[in-house]
Amino acid sequence: MTTRIESQIAEDESVIEMRQVNKWYGNFHVLKDVSLSVKKGERIVICGPSGSGKSTLIRCINHLEEHQEGTITVNGTILNDKLKNITNIRREVGMVFQQFNLFPHMTILDNLCFAPVWARNMPRKEAEATACMYLERVGIAEQKDKYPGQLSGGQQQRVAIARSLCMSPSVMLFDEPTSALDPEMIKEVLDVMIELAESGMTMICVTHEMSFARLVADRVIFMDGGEIVEENTPDLFFDAPKIDRTQKFLSQILSH
Amino acid sequence: MYPAMRSTSADVFRPTDARPAPGGNIGMLRWLQENLFSGWLNSYTSLVLIGFVLWVFPAVLNWLVLDATFAGDADTCRQNTGACWPFIVDKFPVLMVGVYPQELLWRPGVACLALLVLAAVTYTDRLKGAVLVVAWLLLPVFALIMIGGAFGMVEVEQSLWGGLMLSVLLALVGVIVSIPLGVLLALGRYYGSPLIKALCVGFIELVRGVPLITILFMASVMMPMFLPPEMVINNLMRIQIGMIFFSAAYMAEVVRGGLQAIPKGQTEASLALGVSPWKTIAFVVVPQALRHVLPPLIGRCIALFKDTSLVIIVGLLDFLGMIKNSAFDPEWLGFQKEAYFFAAFVYWLICYGLSLYGRALENRGASGARR
Ligand SMILES: Nc1ncnc2c1ncn2[C@@H]1O[C@H](COP(=O)(O)OP(=O)(O)OP(=O)(O)O)[C@@H](O)[C@H]1O
Ligand SMILES: [Mg+2]
Repeated sequence: MTTRIESQIAEDESVIEMRQVNKWYGNFHVLKDVSLSVKKGERIVICGPSGSGKSTLIRCINHLEEHQEGTITVNGTILNDKLKNITNIRREVGMVFQQFNLFPHMTILDNLCFAPVWARNMPRKEAEATACMYLERVGIAEQKDKYPGQLSGGQQQRVAIARSLCMSPSVMLFDEPTSALDPEMIKEVLDVMIELAESGMTMICVTHEMSFARLVADRVIFMDGGEIVEENTPDLFFDAPKIDRTQKFLSQILSH
Repeated sequence: MYPAMRSTSADVFRPTDARPAPGGNIGMLRWLQENLFSGWLNSYTSLVLIGFVLWVFPAVLNWLVLDATFAGDADTCRQNTGACWPFIVDKFPVLMVGVYPQELLWRPGVACLALLVLAAVTYTDRLKGAVLVVAWLLLPVFALIMIGGAFGMVEVEQSLWGGLMLSVLLALVGVIVSIPLGVLLALGRYYGSPLIKALCVGFIELVRGVPLITILFMASVMMPMFLPPEMVINNLMRIQIGMIFFSAAYMAEVVRGGLQAIPKGQTEASLALGVSPWKTIAFVVVPQALRHVLPPLIGRCIALFKDTSLVIIVGLLDFLGMIKNSAFDPEWLGFQKEAYFFAAFVYWLICYGLSLYGRALENRGASGARR
């Protein structure tokens, strides 16, 4: 009896619930029976070789890609092709891209106010206050009237993180947020992400920054060929991988 | 987490002072050599061109200035071999506004001023984008009200509109209505369902496959046959609609190029934030696409302005129509050359001005760090 109640609570707490998700690009099977459950406040790092389906997996969560089989639930809302459900889920799920994807024709401040004003009907004044608060938090408040093209890559990515946070999402997805950056800018972005993790944000990060994974991840997931191959706490994952494929991958990325 | 740099007693790095680039002013001869006479083919071309200019220039100068008449009447002109400028001076009001009532001329003047002010304000970039868009969309309405009269102002019949005023009005309304229409057509072609897409492609290809003259004839002659009798619209409006359709098809193709240039990441970022697809298109895609195609868009505006001169064949007295009329004025018979020269000069002046304005807008965009 008690166990059933406990599992019920665990169910309710999970922010993202993916069950037996399958996806094909034409005849190419990209995601094979992927199941993943992410609880509130959990930090998950996904790694794996190029083409293993990491991006596809997290892009299915906010329906930038459509899955064909299985169910995805975000905060109790089931992801189907109803535009209303999709939009609701997207407002709950923040996403940070490898290429930043800031809007080049808007100032930094307008980039941040855009979604709160047009997707949440927030008054402009209030949106600006929130935006300034988050810009402060990622350390670029003084750049708010510039255009994205005038900022460095690291600064742009921090703006992109702040832009997502302005919608007060309950989960943040990161798709290789530091891979397009020069080495000297990686740290400033990781610092923001670490601070975000410490504040209790639920996060799924596709990244090969192992130091980051060790520091903040609750679980590390290894994908290959569209499947979740191995899943463990960071210490066990890096120090004692159970599966040979994982060992081989780790030796490759740690050796260079 | 990140290994700190080993701090050994390293040498201190001192950056080298920057030097100015070499060169600067080059002498006149050097300039000639580099720009006109580098290599024998270039030298040959330059010589031929210079010879041609020296051969033609005196004749043109004589006609335009040295032998020309600047004051007097038709008889004075006939005594000289050069151009007859009093003719142009005499006809100037008619060429500009046709037979528009003299005492009401301030009204088109105000409309023209509004156009110039708005263009200047657009250049300074002081106003928000949305405000500018609304202002430009309202401008033709304002111009039509001022010229035609409404809200208690004396009405001026459309048959009295003419001259350069009519040409500019046709082009202004044509451009400002056809750009949004072109954007819609391009969006339909790019994002629409198969049916919408087919309709848009059909319209665009149909219009682009027909010369403007044909469209104007159809608008003038055939449209009344197909419209129900209670929907009587006058000739000028039908011509205007024809021009809008014609221009919209070309605008659509220009805008489509801009849509294709927007990276997928832009729409994805907006959608991922929970912004609806329509708002994403309106605020993320279209503004960027239009900025991207500003040069060809300005090119289309210039082309449309020149194309307005075709309305002469369906009986409207636009600038060129007035020019032609003046040339057959019995009082000033025999001064066609001056009339057509003046027409060419005015068209060139306006188009070149537009071109310069467009370039200024582009450069402002480039230096303003908007990628
Ligand atoms: N739109 C598409 N159409 C067809 N195949 C695709 C498409 N997008 C991705 N793929 C294929 O799906 C597979 C998984 O792609 P995905 O982008 O998810 O990989 P990834 O793990 O994120 O790799 P990377 O580390 O290079 O980003 C790849 O083999 C890719 O070629
Ligand atoms: Mg990827």
